[in-house]
Amino acid sequence: MSVDVNMSVTGNSPEALNVQQKLSSALGLLGVSIMVLSGFNIQFQPKIVWVSLSLIMVFAGIFWYSKVSYGHMTEGIKNDRVYFKSLTNRGFWAYILGLVLTGFYIVLYFYPSWIGLSSDGENTGVVALFDPLSQAISGNAASQWFVYGTLYTTAIVGFGIKFLWKYRHNRYQRLRTFSVMFFQLGFAFLIPELMSRLNGDNFSLPYYNFVNIWPLNYYNFEQYRVDQYINAGNVGIGLLIFGVLSILIITPILTYKYGKRWYCSWVCGCGGLAETAGDSFRHLSDKSQSSWKLERWLVHIVVVFVVIMTTAVVYSYLNTDKYWLSGSAFLISVASLLTIVFTWTMVYKREELQNDAKYAAIGFFVVILSLLGLHFSGLIDKVFLFEAETLRSTYGFVIGAIFSGVVGVGFYPIFGNRVWCRFGCPMAAILGFQQRLFSKFRITTNGGQCISCGNCTTYCEMGIDVRAYAQKGENIVRSSCVGCGICASVCPRGVLKLENDTPVGRINSKEILLGNDVDLMDLVNQNK
Amino acid sequence: MKQEHIVIIGNGISGVTLARHIRKLSNQRITLISSESEHFFSRTALMYVYMGHMKWNHLKPYEDGFWKKNKIDIKQAYVSAVDHKNKELQLESGEAFPYDKLVIACGSKSNKFGWPGQDLKGVLGLYSKQDLESLEVHAPNKEACKRAVIVGGGLIGIELAEMLATRNIPVTLLVRESHFWNNVLPDEEAKLIDRHIREHHIDLRLETNLEEISADDIGRVKAIKIKETGEVLECDFVGLTPGVLPNIDFLKSSGIELNRGVLVNRNLETSVEGVYAIGDCAEQRQPIGNRPSIEAVWYTGRMMGETLAQTLCGNPREYKPGHWFNSAKFFDIEYQTYGWVFNQPKEGQTDFYWEHTDGKKCIHIQYEIESGIFKGINTFGIRLRHEVFDRWLTEKATVDEVIKNLKSANFDPEFFKSYEKEIQNKFQHTLKTT
Repeated sequence: MSVDVNMSVTGNSPEALNVQQKLSSALGLLGVSIMVLSGFNIQFQPKIVWVSLSLIMVFAGIFWYSKVSYGHMTEGIKNDRVYFKSLTNRGFWAYILGLVLTGFYIVLYFYPSWIGLSSDGENTGVVALFDPLSQAISGNAASQWFVYGTLYTTAIVGFGIKFLWKYRHNRYQRLRTFSVMFFQLGFAFLIPELMSRLNGDNFSLPYYNFVNIWPLNYYNFEQYRVDQYINAGNVGIGLLIFGVLSILIITPILTYKYGKRWYCSWVCGCGGLAETAGDSFRHLSDKSQSSWKLERWLVHIVVVFVVIMTTAVVYSYLNTDKYWLSGSAFLISVASLLTIVFTWTMVYKREELQNDAKYAAIGFFVVILSLLGLHFSGLIDKVFLFEAETLRSTYGFVIGAIFSGVVGVGFYPIFGNRVWCRFGCPMAAILGFQQRLFSKFRITTNGGQCISCGNCTTYCEMGIDVRAYAQKGENIVRSSCVGCGICASVCPRGVLKLENDTPVGRINSKEILLGNDVDLMDLVNQNK
Repeated sequence: MKQEHIVIIGNGISGVTLARHIRKLSNQRITLISSESEHFFSRTALMYVYMGHMKWNHLKPYEDGFWKKNKIDIKQAYVSAVDHKNKELQLESGEAFPYDKLVIACGSKSNKFGWPGQDLKGVLGLYSKQDLESLEVHAPNKEACKRAVIVGGGLIGIELAEMLATRNIPVTLLVRESHFWNNVLPDEEAKLIDRHIREHHIDLRLETNLEEISADDIGRVKAIKIKETGEVLECDFVGLTPGVLPNIDFLKSSGIELNRGVLVNRNLETSVEGVYAIGDCAEQRQPIGNRPSIEAVWYTGRMMGETLAQTLCGNPREYKPGHWFNSAKFFDIEYQTYGWVFNQPKEGQTDFYWEHTDGKKCIHIQYEIESGIFKGINTFGIRLRHEVFDRWLTEKATVDEVIKNLKSANFDPEFFKSYEKEIQNKFQHTLKTT
């Protein structure tokens, strides 16, 4: 046996669950099995009792499991045996779970009728099981999205409790987890459902989650939604304006102050799921340089795609006399805005950019050219020979469904919990660009105290090689950092700290390793 | 400068830091020789592999392609002797390996004090990759290892205890001092850690020495005997962790002047021209300040590497470590120290101690009575900023200034409770009553 192979799985160590862990897992799975069985059209009556029972059993199972797993231990980092467990070390159970989740997403997105969604007439199966719950909240029958939303919220709140137990020594982690649980339960789940109660014959609002900001919700400015906003009078117009302001004004300000973490690991639903249900898989992210390269290309391509797609979709319906904003005016203003951002970046922030600059520059350039091309070529609603609607549905399929759902969550147990956030999310890319350029946020290293142990890098869900910075005493200002703070939590020497400070001196490429005499450090820095 | 071939024995933090910095500064040919592992790994993190926090690959701070890309040659071989007259190394394979300049950075090995049975199967230190592999054989789980005994109340001992505890192996920890690490820590902190060790169900035996280790029929450890009480403890594994000593047996025939370690001057030169020593195996002829002449600390190894790189690239420098600092983690409690805190205040000095009611956080400051000049701080469970303490020590700040501005040195994560007020109040109170 050699450690090179992988000592940690040869250890024949206590992977087995204890009795209480087995019982609690069984309880949770029993709750899930009620849903599964109703998927096979076993009629549980009365439904409201069974759906409640099912959800309560899932919650209780997770709660109990967390208590017996962490409750008896002293407060502190508890990653013991993570790499011995089949589920968390890409073993047999990881692949099984990955297949189950992936299968669930495929059915959900593409074959909702399999779980009982009926477009005309009564729902059957799982969707029908959730009908009474949906009736109680929004007054409507359930859809597959209601089922999904309920399960999603259950996962965040349930595994949020597990997270709280595991990290109960750490107030940053506790507050952050309360925050994602709150935003998921309130803003992403209950408020939109309750809002749809207001809808009637003369008044109709689209399903609106305030914290789901364009371009993450790439469909926010589609015609049907914009029409609904406008038809809903002042409230609707308010929401529409909020949607625009949130991306142009609100997010840049918050990102300036706190880094993109205020969104990605305190508010966002995708981030919320990753941090709670996905916490057990955070160490599986790929830290290699090549994956970093892939990440930068992919994520920027998605941004370009979403900008062109949204612009084309909006342009395609603005190009009538129906709205006060004309298609041409819209295109020109988008192009101008992008040009201003691009110029400002290049003139004032050049030295703060390295690789990101290239990708962002290429992206902007492509977008501006296509916009101008669109406008002057006379191709009304065609972009690169595609109808705007085709482009939109392609984006919806490839990015919205496959990337963010099937791959992003389905592959948690294989590639880690932030695959989508890291490689695909256009919102994360834009916030990351802002974070790199003008945020006060950084992770600092405590002088010369790093021992290069690698806990920080291993547990970074975004695949950042934190150690590479820390062992040089460099601040970490990577655009992909979501500020989850786990690196600082797992560091056995307390070397890392998430800070919001003045932007001056945030990016220091010098090696500052205290402990040596000052002259030597000057020399080391000069010769870099 | 003509291209020289610099050969470094040892690929630990000292040797690797040296190699990296030479590469930054020059185009010299560099070879790192080690028999322990092909690539540099972080020794400090070995424990996390056994605990299942990380896998072996996570221990390597650089991707495997790094060395080739930076033109640092790697040779996996065991050096059996140094022939400085011919400027070549004798490798165990029989090969003679030439060098222009030689750096000895071969680190330490575990201390053994001649206990009967100390070389039995199942008796180990915890220092190298091979030790860890061996540990995996002898103590893989609680079925194969029904009890482990650890001898030595220092940093490696408690890490080993923590490791075994994660696999639910019952551990007895024999500590010679009256409290854990009491030869370094003042009583208050040592007791605090005593409690924390016991909270993790470790059978901590204080003021207890090992008498002998006995074997079963096939030469494996069977039991140990305690000197003070004569008690015999059955066990399947014995960890010997009473510190480390330089791993320099292979140099005995080399003519390089040795004591406990390889003797070096302030420029890290040995008695032989063109041969240097850094890290755990180097012994200063004159100790620097309060530092021991052999510093087996990760950070000092790194600093020596940085210093010697300058010397070897035409800018001769003395090894001048700045203010002392160190850190560790005892189970769940983080520890940092800046400046000097001794287990008893030195002549003309006194101390100030504050402990939180939960018994898991404390600070301990020592300072000069007459002038009030701050000499050092121990902190447990509260993270403090290195930079600020470094400055205070340089500026010879007084204890009043330190206590008053303690907040500016806080390095705890956001939203953590802070204890400066409480500490300040206690300090004021102490001043009044003494």
